[in-house]
Amino acid sequence: MKKEPIKVKEASAQVRVGNFEEVVKGYSEAEALLEAARCLQCKNPLCSSGCPVGIDIKKFIYHITQKDYAKAYFTIREKSNFPSICGRVCPAEYQCRKACVLTKKGSPFASEQAINIHFLERFAGDYGKDKNLDVPVEKDQALSKFKVAVVGSGPAGLCCAGELARKGIQVDIFESLHKTGGVLRYGIPPFRLPWDVLDFEINYLKKLGVNFVTNFLVGKAKSIKDLFAQGYAKIFLGLGAGVPSFLGIKGENLCNIYSVNEFLTRVNLMSAYKFPEFHTPVNIGKNVLIVGGGNTAMDAARVALRLQKINGLPLNTTVIYRRTEIEMPARRLEIEHAREEGIKFEFLVQPKEFIGDAQGFVKKMICLRSKLGEPDSSGRRRPVIIEGSEFQLDCDLCVIAVGLKANQILINATPELQTDKYSDVKVDSESMESSIKGVFAGGDIVGGEGTVIEAMGMAKKAAKRMIEELAKKGEG
Amino acid sequence: MKIINKKIINDVGGVRITQLDIASADIAAKALPGQFIMLMASEKGERIPLTLVNTDKDKGIVSLIFQEAGFTTKSLGKLEPGDTLYSLVGPLGHPTEIKKYGKVILVGGGVGIAEILPVAHALRQAGNHITTILGSRNKDLLILEEELKNASDEIHIMTDDGSYGKKGFTTDMLKELLGKDKYDLVYSVGPIPMMKRVAMVTQEYKVKTLVSLNALMVDATGMCGCCRVSVFGQVKFSCVDGPDFDGAGVDWEELEKRNKVYSVQEKHICNIFPAA
Repeated sequence: MKKEPIKVKEASAQVRVGNFEEVVKGYSEAEALLEAARCLQCKNPLCSSGCPVGIDIKKFIYHITQKDYAKAYFTIREKSNFPSICGRVCPAEYQCRKACVLTKKGSPFASEQAINIHFLERFAGDYGKDKNLDVPVEKDQALSKFKVAVVGSGPAGLCCAGELARKGIQVDIFESLHKTGGVLRYGIPPFRLPWDVLDFEINYLKKLGVNFVTNFLVGKAKSIKDLFAQGYAKIFLGLGAGVPSFLGIKGENLCNIYSVNEFLTRVNLMSAYKFPEFHTPVNIGKNVLIVGGGNTAMDAARVALRLQKINGLPLNTTVIYRRTEIEMPARRLEIEHAREEGIKFEFLVQPKEFIGDAQGFVKKMICLRSKLGEPDSSGRRRPVIIEGSEFQLDCDLCVIAVGLKANQILINATPELQTDKYSDVKVDSESMESSIKGVFAGGDIVGGEGTVIEAMGMAKKAAKRMIEELAKKGEG
Repeated sequence: MKIINKKIINDVGGVRITQLDIASADIAAKALPGQFIMLMASEKGERIPLTLVNTDKDKGIVSLIFQEAGFTTKSLGKLEPGDTLYSLVGPLGHPTEIKKYGKVILVGGGVGIAEILPVAHALRQAGNHITTILGSRNKDLLILEEELKNASDEIHIMTDDGSYGKKGFTTDMLKELLGKDKYDLVYSVGPIPMMKRVAMVTQEYKVKTLVSLNALMVDATGMCGCCRVSVFGQVKFSCVDGPDFDGAGVDWEELEKRNKVYSVQEKHICNIFPAA
């Protein structure tokens, strides 16, 4: 008899919408063993080919079945620096789980039957975290005389810093915000990635000797040239993609229309949901509309719902997406979570205009219905507007979550730094070195909006090349 | 981020204007006139932008002048020398474009007077003839008159009640000057209604006008769009595209409304933490 996938424990929808605590509780040991036992241990496993950093998934799951959780943890750590983070935020259904042999051929994302690789990864990651399993440090005396500057403390920067520090290189991470973690802190809500998980990884880097310099905006307070002059041998740019896109429609600057970054930053980074204990305010509405279909849209919707609950309002938050559910780029798990919590969805709808009141607050969204046409450059079917389909939705708060672009401050301050047509930093795809010698880049600043694990892949490549070059220099 | 010195510039009729000198060698080394910083007074505080009024590169000190008007500026006003800000980042935004324009009029109102001071110095050093118009409700509320007198070739004081200088608005004097002579630039910082009127007057006379906008901000590095303003119909972010903009193109009504988006919360937090 085919074994059914082991469901992961979650806080009930009713309870969790009233707080910001983690929703997915993770596997117990017994559950992890049962799920790991479902793995077929394929002779030629496909799953690893779906992992952007090529984790030996078959092997780590095998170690779980043998109850050797430390080995499982170290197997993942060979390729991934942040198993506890990736186990929580990786879009596994588009990656390893989609590649799993148990996923039906031709399915756009993982089948339910596919092994819950991400939950097993999280189990192993949390085991390593709770047991304080330190990855062996291979400090190299010849490298310890070098200093590297990492700009940005998001996933790419943290990963790169860890790789370098484990070899004994001195690393300073510069972060413009007052807190570290980049998008993991300001973007992803704590109910998806609790702060203690992020802090564990940051503290681990501190233990390795990585120095964090917060409140420091490279590009304004110091230039790339200044950093080299200060004695940094190499520089890594993990600047991220934080510039919000707007719709460019009439009325978009009305009050209570937020970019997804503003809305999430107020709530996550600044703890506006605890106003007035925390002094940063955020508004909430009775009819909240979220525009977009990605993970940030789901995050914004679920944050809005929690704010409604906390403020004693009826739960009424709707996601507006111009395509259908199949085309939504969000993780399937988050779409499910959102729906369970009571988020409503309006598919094949796009905003045309916002109408406000005399005080300048948004009151209505004028929308158009669309149908799906031919596939566009993203391979997804393009929404085509249906003539005469205009209708209105009540809307007293709207969050625009339709994409993020590369951060521009350092790029604008550094004309020698070449960029592509998306204003992302151009790099050599092998070394991750930019057009400036000794300056490397990775994460969303290179590939545009991507995942934590993709950022990690790029950061590791860059770190590897920096270490090689510094090792040569150290000998010479 | 340590407060080195504190000076109450003015404290009359419930209006308190305070200067803080803060240690920050990195910011002082790079800051140029017209730029600003973001700060948090405490760990639970909000991030607010304040324009840099003075920077001392040698001592590594930056100076801020602010009116204790809202919850955060009031909290800031409670800090004393020796205290440390929770967060301070900068310099942010583009500096004011300093070059030789020729004859320049600076218009400052309220606490905005402090913010025109560094620009006055820089423009004068670049060889411009500086005429300054300062506006305040009355004589007691006027700040930095001496400093601006020293930084200007000509100065005019306007008070709403006529208790000092001439009675009237800054724009009355502006009209008078523009009617008599040709000027090459008007630079203005102050309350939104004042900057709006300044831009209206200068448009009549077709004089290039720069205004320094005080939009609400969160990260101030171009990532949230809270500070978006419409300038000539285009959406701009005050933090990274400004804070100086061509006054002729600013959608003042929109800015005014957007700056009031949290007025309810502001009142609430001031009521429950009156001592803060």
